[in-house]
Amino acid sequence: MSTKGKVKGIISNLVIIAVDGPVAQNEICYIETGNTKLMAEVIKIIGDNAYAQVFESTRGLQVGAEAEFMGHMLEVTLGPGLLSRNYDGLQNDLDKMEGVFLKRGEYTFPLDKDKLWDFKPLAKPGDVVAAGSWLGEVDENFQPHKIMVPFTFQGKYTVKSVVAKGQYRILDKVAVITDSEGKDIELNMTQKWPVKKAITCYTEKPRPFRLLETGVRTIDTANPIVEGGTGFIPGPFGTGKTVLQHAISKQADADIVIMAACGERANEVVEIFVEFPELEDPHTGRKLMERTIIIANTSNMPVAAREASVYTAMTIAEYYRSMGLKVLLMADSTSRWAQALREMSNRLEELPGQDAFPMDLPAIIANFYGRAGYVYLNNGSTGSITFIGTVSPAGGNLKEPVTESTKKVARCFFALDQTRADRKRYPAVNPIDSYSKYIEYPEFEEYIAKRISPDWTKEVNEMKTLLQRGKEIQEQINILGDDGVPVEYHVAFWKSEVIDFVILQQDAFDKIDSVCPIERQQFMLNLVMDICRTKFDFSNFNDVMDYFKRLINICKQMNYSEYQSEAFESHLSTLKEMLTSEVVSR
Amino acid sequence: MATKAFQKIYTKVTQITKATCSLKASGVGNEELATVNGKLAQVVKIMGEDVTLQVFEGTEGIPTNAEIVFLGKAPTLKVSNQLAGRFFNAFGNPIDGGPEIEGEEREIGGPSVNPVRRRQPSELIATGIAGIDLNNTLVSGQKIPFFADPDQPFNQVMANVALRAKADKIVLGGMGLTNDDYLYFKNVFNNAGVLDRIVSFVNTTENPPVERLLIPDLALTAAEYFAVDHNEKVLVLLTDMTLYADALSIVSNRMDQIPSKDSMPGSLYSDLAKIYEKAVQFPDGGSITIIAVTTLSGGDITHAIPDNTGYITEGQLFLRRDSDIGKVIVDPFRSLSRLKQLVIGKKTREDHPQVMNAAVRLFADAANAKTKLENGFDLTNYDERTLSFGKDYAENILAIDVNIGTEEMLNVTWGLFANYFKPEEVNIKQTLVDKYWPK
Ligand SMILES: Nc1ncnc2c1ncn2[C@@H]1O[C@H](COP(=O)(O)OP(=O)(O)O)[C@@H](O)[C@H]1O
Ligand SMILES: [Mg+2]
Repeated sequence: MSTKGKVKGIISNLVIIAVDGPVAQNEICYIETGNTKLMAEVIKIIGDNAYAQVFESTRGLQVGAEAEFMGHMLEVTLGPGLLSRNYDGLQNDLDKMEGVFLKRGEYTFPLDKDKLWDFKPLAKPGDVVAAGSWLGEVDENFQPHKIMVPFTFQGKYTVKSVVAKGQYRILDKVAVITDSEGKDIELNMTQKWPVKKAITCYTEKPRPFRLLETGVRTIDTANPIVEGGTGFIPGPFGTGKTVLQHAISKQADADIVIMAACGERANEVVEIFVEFPELEDPHTGRKLMERTIIIANTSNMPVAAREASVYTAMTIAEYYRSMGLKVLLMADSTSRWAQALREMSNRLEELPGQDAFPMDLPAIIANFYGRAGYVYLNNGSTGSITFIGTVSPAGGNLKEPVTESTKKVARCFFALDQTRADRKRYPAVNPIDSYSKYIEYPEFEEYIAKRISPDWTKEVNEMKTLLQRGKEIQEQINILGDDGVPVEYHVAFWKSEVIDFVILQQDAFDKIDSVCPIERQQFMLNLVMDICRTKFDFSNFNDVMDYFKRLINICKQMNYSEYQSEAFESHLSTLKEMLTSEVVSR
Repeated sequence: MATKAFQKIYTKVTQITKATCSLKASGVGNEELATVNGKLAQVVKIMGEDVTLQVFEGTEGIPTNAEIVFLGKAPTLKVSNQLAGRFFNAFGNPIDGGPEIEGEEREIGGPSVNPVRRRQPSELIATGIAGIDLNNTLVSGQKIPFFADPDQPFNQVMANVALRAKADKIVLGGMGLTNDDYLYFKNVFNNAGVLDRIVSFVNTTENPPVERLLIPDLALTAAEYFAVDHNEKVLVLLTDMTLYADALSIVSNRMDQIPSKDSMPGSLYSDLAKIYEKAVQFPDGGSITIIAVTTLSGGDITHAIPDNTGYITEGQLFLRRDSDIGKVIVDPFRSLSRLKQLVIGKKTREDHPQVMNAAVRLFADAANAKTKLENGFDLTNYDERTLSFGKDYAENILAIDVNIGTEEMLNVTWGLFANYFKPEEVNIKQTLVDKYWPK
């Protein structure tokens, strides 16, 4: 018999339920109102009173309404057919919902029960298996989707049978395994998992070291992120967090991309709905939507479901990682998730921490980022979840709890800068404040030396030194005036501007400039560093500016041209001519 | 509101605060409406038998034996074509002396649009104001506020935009509007002969502030009626959202909620998002565009109200006085239309994106040159040229009194480029320079 209860109190979406039996923290219950049932999650228990956050509007709900407890936590359904779908934060398939407006209490099954999948067995009778072991495989949008022993299973099992190669539906029996007591268990292609728990079916989580190519120069060249790495993008509104995340999700060299639109604008999700089915994955040539899953819990959707959305997304990412795939997970914005926690914590009248956020916010954030990573699975394969979250600091001030807590755990920091955005220097990633801790990893250095070139790291560091120098000189010029500093200072400043305009700035809306493969990044960095190493001989600072403006203009034309096309080469030769002019000292 | 037979009447108030009163009652639904001695109130908390009501007009003069009647429903609005041309107060009652509206009664603050049913906004809204059309192009289905200090002419600019926008209906939601501004809107719409396309919900400074909380939901329910039932293009004007947020903080403070930044409720983001996200392009052609006003205090956009707004809306139009030309301009640095990408260079001439960016970059150079000048440094020849450009650009493009077509805006800007710069100084794609640089 499941536990039942009656509503005693209602404060916005927090409902207090008097229960008649045992309930668990985070247990799911359904509350009846009118002729619908509202889903809710227990977040606090005092005596016989369960405090539940309702994932819907509680308008019209009355004291005395019946509640039924489900005996499980908030869980997602995992199986073939997750790809290309648009879910809400609770994994309801948005496309299956009827009508233009969302209806309260409408929950839809996340997968397709009728579709036939081409199944291929991977395990054979007698194999000893455990949670996460691969039993078979289906082709899901050209990805080998592994059918696994459910993650909830504990201990060892023996495979009794696996069905033959053929077509099956997700709920058809595909395998029978036997537990240590000799009991047979039938398995289909789906399983469930509670989202707030990490899936840990792997043997080891080593330090990640393989470059995850994003096609964004200011990331790949200057502050690279790695497969299984973590990063965050803080920035005031309008500085380009979403545009940058979208660019990464379109171009990154990942097998699976999961985007959690967490409490942000619906139109931004619509943009993905419109673009991704059309755009091609630059690495495979297939449509982007084929590798993408969208979790859309926009700002006008219920707040409690917003909190759930990032966990739903992470759990699906962990599921695909367990298949040995390279998963990229993006959440925009993690601040909205933190705010959802704050709203609830305030309603529960918990002791508030800084800015009224819950005291344990840093721990919650750390725990979440900790679920990303590069792993060795039990069978020796590798898989990864790279996680990049945006942070929307109140008032653009980075000294606030969400930014500070995230900074402690994320290894890449892509700081978006209001002044750069104001001056349309996009992406507005501040090249000096931002960092990637992965550059310091010897394993990464070794990897990148092989992948790109042995002196790559040296070049990049040299570039950063020049940027720093350029910034210092600019400050001096601001204080002393143009003629208050030697002409060489102007040259050094303009060299840093070349780096800024040609390497760091990138037009996310230009078809060609937006994607820059690593080979092209290497070519451009070499070119720019050659310019920077050239010695110039100018007689006055006005000439310096004129010369470099022209030079930057040519380089930008190159960025806008197809790599190694006729136009590209022709701009290159114009540039080479400029570099042999009389101002170049020999 | 007449009392009906089945309604329960209570006469014992157990607690009264400035904004709320409590009583013992049963069978009450969350967010249900009630009247307290005739004043409209809404259920905000139920704890067993204890029900707390938020009284919109405030609780002044409410006695412990006040008569409380529950209305058995959340706030509603009657919708029909009769709404057009009418003026209502924050409770949806006519204030223009006209008759009550007949129509279907709908709950206000209704459900959200399923994101997969939305269409991508793609229709440009031309305003003639170059600071908007050229640099911050508006699109149907967008939500965008004016950020301006209280002394800026935001209501005038907004009225101009509304009249030029070619909307089928304009819904005005006035919150804390001064009586003068209310009459201004009424006059402008009347003189333009568009009164029959306007629906207004108005709370003036003379009305209690908490009543304002109902205005956006009323306005948007009316907007949804025209946009969904009649597939019309609806423009919603909300002014001033800062006063709306202030009302939110009054209520939350009186209910002893823990304030977050700037004594605003922790739920400010979600509260504002619920309103602004009603902007939408529907699949059947109807749309709701929201243009709002968020007044600033001393230009401070880091205050919680503009800050949360900026995170929600699709850009902002920042008005400021430019001392060089002595006019109000649409500041190109702090303004942004996030949806402009969807139309510029597609619905407008191909050179639009690059011309727009190049001009703003040069205007930034002009600002730098100005700083140099103010700090007493010599200006370079380039500095001098950017300064002259900046002034012309402010006068001919950014000033809010500009009223020209988009092509002309582009041509004017190319002209300014050619007056002061060499092609390689403007950083525009060569193919475009070849085609549009004035010869
Ligand atoms: N890389 C870029 N190239 C060109 N424009 C950009 C770029 N990044 C941002 N922008 C501009 O900035 C606007 C705001 O970017 P967005 O990512 O939505 O900001 P945020 O998410 O930080 O609020 C965009 O609509 C676009 O006009
Ligand atoms: Mg964003």
